[in-house]
Amino acid sequence: MIPGSFDYHRPTSVDEAVGLLAGHAGNALILAGGHSLIPMMKLRMAMPEHLIDIQDIASLSSIEVSGPQIEIGANVTQAELIASEDLEQHCPILRETSLQIADPQIRNVGTLGGNVANGDPGNDMPAIMQLLDATYVLSGPDGSREVKARDFYEAAYFTTRDEAEMLTSIRFTAPPAGHGSSYMKQKRKIGDYATAAAGVVLTMSGDTCASASIGLTNVADTPLWAEDASNALIGTTLDDAAVSAAVDAAKAITDPAADGRGPAEYRTHVAGIMVQRAIQAAHQRAN
Amino acid sequence: MNVHADTKERVEKLQGLGSSRKRVEDARFTQGAGNYVDDIKLPGMLFGDFARSPYGHARIKSINKDAALAVPGVVAVLTAEDLKPLNLHYMPTLAGDVQAVLADEKVLFQNQEVAFIVAEDRYIAADAADLVEVEYEELPALVDAFKAMDDDAPLLREDIKDKMEGAHGPRKHHNHIFHWEEGDEAGANQALADAEVTVEEMITYQRVHPCPLETCGCVASMDKINGKLTLWGTFQAPHAVRTVASLITNIPEHNIRVVSPDIGGGFGNKVGVYAGYICAAVASIVTGVPIKWVEDRIENLSTTAFARDYHMTGKLAATRDGRITGLHCHVLADHGAFDACADPTKFPAGFFHICTGSYDIPVAYCGVDGVYTNKAPGGVAYRCSFRVTEAAYMIERMIDVLARKLDMDPAELRMKNFIRKEQFPYTSALGWEYDSGDYHTAMDKALESVDYKALRAEQQENRAAFERGDTRKLMGIGVAFFTEIVGAGPVKNCDILGLGMFDSCEIRIHPTGSAIARLGTISQGQGHATTFAQILATEIGIPAEDITLEEGDTDTAPYGLGTYGSRSTPVAGAATAMAGRKIRAKAQMIAAYLLEVHEGDLEWDVDRFQVKGNPDAHKTMKEIAFASYNQAIPGLEPGLEAVSYYDPPNMTYPFGAYICVVDIDVDTGVTDVRSFYALDDCGTRINPMIIEGQVHGGLTEALAIAMGQDISYDEIGNIRGGSLLDFFLPTAVETPLWQTDHTTTPSPHHPIGAKGVGESPNVGGVPAFSNAVHDAFAHKGLTHTQMPHDHWRVWETARKLGLTG
Repeated sequence: MIPGSFDYHRPTSVDEAVGLLAGHAGNALILAGGHSLIPMMKLRMAMPEHLIDIQDIASLSSIEVSGPQIEIGANVTQAELIASEDLEQHCPILRETSLQIADPQIRNVGTLGGNVANGDPGNDMPAIMQLLDATYVLSGPDGSREVKARDFYEAAYFTTRDEAEMLTSIRFTAPPAGHGSSYMKQKRKIGDYATAAAGVVLTMSGDTCASASIGLTNVADTPLWAEDASNALIGTTLDDAAVSAAVDAAKAITDPAADGRGPAEYRTHVAGIMVQRAIQAAHQRAN
Repeated sequence: MNVHADTKERVEKLQGLGSSRKRVEDARFTQGAGNYVDDIKLPGMLFGDFARSPYGHARIKSINKDAALAVPGVVAVLTAEDLKPLNLHYMPTLAGDVQAVLADEKVLFQNQEVAFIVAEDRYIAADAADLVEVEYEELPALVDAFKAMDDDAPLLREDIKDKMEGAHGPRKHHNHIFHWEEGDEAGANQALADAEVTVEEMITYQRVHPCPLETCGCVASMDKINGKLTLWGTFQAPHAVRTVASLITNIPEHNIRVVSPDIGGGFGNKVGVYAGYICAAVASIVTGVPIKWVEDRIENLSTTAFARDYHMTGKLAATRDGRITGLHCHVLADHGAFDACADPTKFPAGFFHICTGSYDIPVAYCGVDGVYTNKAPGGVAYRCSFRVTEAAYMIERMIDVLARKLDMDPAELRMKNFIRKEQFPYTSALGWEYDSGDYHTAMDKALESVDYKALRAEQQENRAAFERGDTRKLMGIGVAFFTEIVGAGPVKNCDILGLGMFDSCEIRIHPTGSAIARLGTISQGQGHATTFAQILATEIGIPAEDITLEEGDTDTAPYGLGTYGSRSTPVAGAATAMAGRKIRAKAQMIAAYLLEVHEGDLEWDVDRFQVKGNPDAHKTMKEIAFASYNQAIPGLEPGLEAVSYYDPPNMTYPFGAYICVVDIDVDTGVTDVRSFYALDDCGTRINPMIIEGQVHGGLTEALAIAMGQDISYDEIGNIRGGSLLDFFLPTAVETPLWQTDHTTTPSPHHPIGAKGVGESPNVGGVPAFSNAVHDAFAHKGLTHTQMPHDHWRVWETARKLGLTG
């Protein structure tokens, strides 16, 4: 629980941070809230020679809402996501999910950028960004580029981000007014990763489901966008058969590891229950 | 002035027995001003860290220190080879075994200490620990206690392979530690053979760890000028550590000073002597500078004293109408790689023979076989050297299993078999003399408080609703009634390494009427500085706030056996009262002189001696204290001091009735604790607020153990649950509202009637939770499942019963 030695940098601009990353390519890591990275360093599973703390980069701390277009800076904390009235109005699943991340002390420091960028399948926001079809903005030595959240994750802790790039913001289109959403997470205790969790956003047209998108957390080595499960709901009245079909489709794409939360079979089962309950809750909230 | 009001005011001013006085310790703890081991900083201090084994069982082929020694700032790297010339590569355990300080030729559990690095700072030490090159030859690991004594089981302890006479009698196998038994086996078997009804279950109490907020650590400082070794450490028994340190280092005991500063929770995790202490002391003796060693969380969870790991096969015999006629129990005890328990010499399974519990069982037998496995040593924490918790879990689960078989309400079955009030003092079939109890009154109060009948009626409705498909939740009601055995203890029965388990208190009254008391115990959060001052306040009439309590420094405190096993109040609390009475006896003589009356003409009144029938003629304790220092009183020595070493005549037997209600979501296994009612009878209550706090804490531990904690090992000996990523430590969110209650049945042999309470909720809480979970499925035929009752295991139970898919 004692980290190796490292040099500490505290840039004040994205350019400066990217310059440091590029200058120490492969030996530098970005420190945001630190809730994933610092434990990894204490376990010596991560031993960066350079730690680039981005908390003083002011440009990464804003939440921009213009019409349905939302852009959230990488340094925005979970506490700030919870406090944002704009987000509560346009995309309440962010608040609901943030409230299920650890405890207030952690949410005061943990950032959205850190949560989605480091590729930990236990983190909650990646599945939400996938179901919202969000876009990640990455800055590197050659400028910035955009990557879909659905294309970003390759394996546990492996993403398409180049080691000289940093994630600077997240963009997405808010679901239409009247949508219903829910994030259902089963965990052993506050602060634990999910045994399984599911997020659902859907819209209703009368009694019929007009659109649906489902994301799954911690039931594979990446977050999962459950496309088939989502499609199984569209055009239905969200009757038992449709929900059951969505649950089965969602379970089919899970591949959880057996761990202290239970065997793989159980975690897949719980994923199904979370999907079912999230659909029900989202349905109730939709109008 | 109204005499009655005056007396009341004086009593309140004392803040003595029964007062919910605020904890005096909290002023510093809540302001971050405690002084823990890791706060100690001495000039020139170096830091220690261990290179540890990645394997559960392996032979050490070679160790190369060169790379570690080459790190700038590394002062020394110690291995077993360095300790051998000092005969310190093994140390005696408190259970009569020996334990490797640094692995000698073999490693026997994952994270075992292999080399000790001494460096100029903590970070350099950790860097160098990674660079100690050890070549291992992996050996088959033994992690299943049930296979420990198989013919082909791997030989773990090569160091004692020819020593088939253990500390507790003959060993049957190279992995066998001891067999111990108590009671009448033939009689118990006969009762089972003759019984109308019998039940049998194998009940495992899984390996857990108390995970105190502060981990273990020490600072060792050898002063080469005066030859004195000072050890600051997280020691629950500082005097015992001093004696052990003297015996193993050959440093005379007067040249060793052991200090326990503030301790952030002990729970038995800090009773034992650990490799880090020995290595730090050796390194300080060699280098002449202070050495600090403080373990991290993973080291704490994976190497220092665990709790439980008991596999208990219980059998009950009963009549068809629910009268228990006999108990037979055999235990397979997994002690890990070394037997590092801290039992009294006579009792290698502690007080497991309290396993007849609160019931009048005419004939009983228990036998325990201890075995070695490739797991961390310990078996000390959570009063587990005394094994009362395991015994209570076994009998309280077995009573519920019997109730199912008889189709009888579990509360009713308990009431039917309780030891009755008029039977106390009661001698159990396994030989304990229970001092006092009134179980029926306690149980009646508990059942009434929770409206047990209404709960059972609600449960019937819930079950019907479940069958109709109106709910997916099942309600469970857990009843547990425990009898504790604490206050170790009478020197004739109880010792640690041959040291009798008395305790002590020394009191000095200052001329201005305030006082200092020193005890042989050491608080780890129990609030001794608060409660022992209250005992004294009532005994000697000096306000608690004017009494300083000091513990934990062997140079100043009288010899004592420390704090664990809920023994401080029963033993040191008694010593405090007895020392107080000596003070009062002398004070009476002084008062008689001052008032010019015969001692027999005086009576004690709250804070003074007064002439019988003439309360205006009196001398307060404050006046007496001053007189004791400034007047030459014929026949009396000056000053006002006393010391008492108290050897209790018996243990004390606190008890309680706990009732837990849970709601189980059968589709996820998530179990919500709806309510938890805990009635504790710990005899005379010194500080109700502190008792309540201790009960809250112990119940939270019980929740953690019953519902989630599990330190297990995979087939090659890798520890699972060795970090807080996986080890279940509940937060306030998971912790239900505790409803506490009490009855008061004083101990007849304790000077103030107090019995001890710290561990009761852990003892009684676990079976209450477990019984509640089982009760939810009882109507579906469930008798027993193993803990922890975490989400997936509960779901698995529901699935096996066909309730979910």
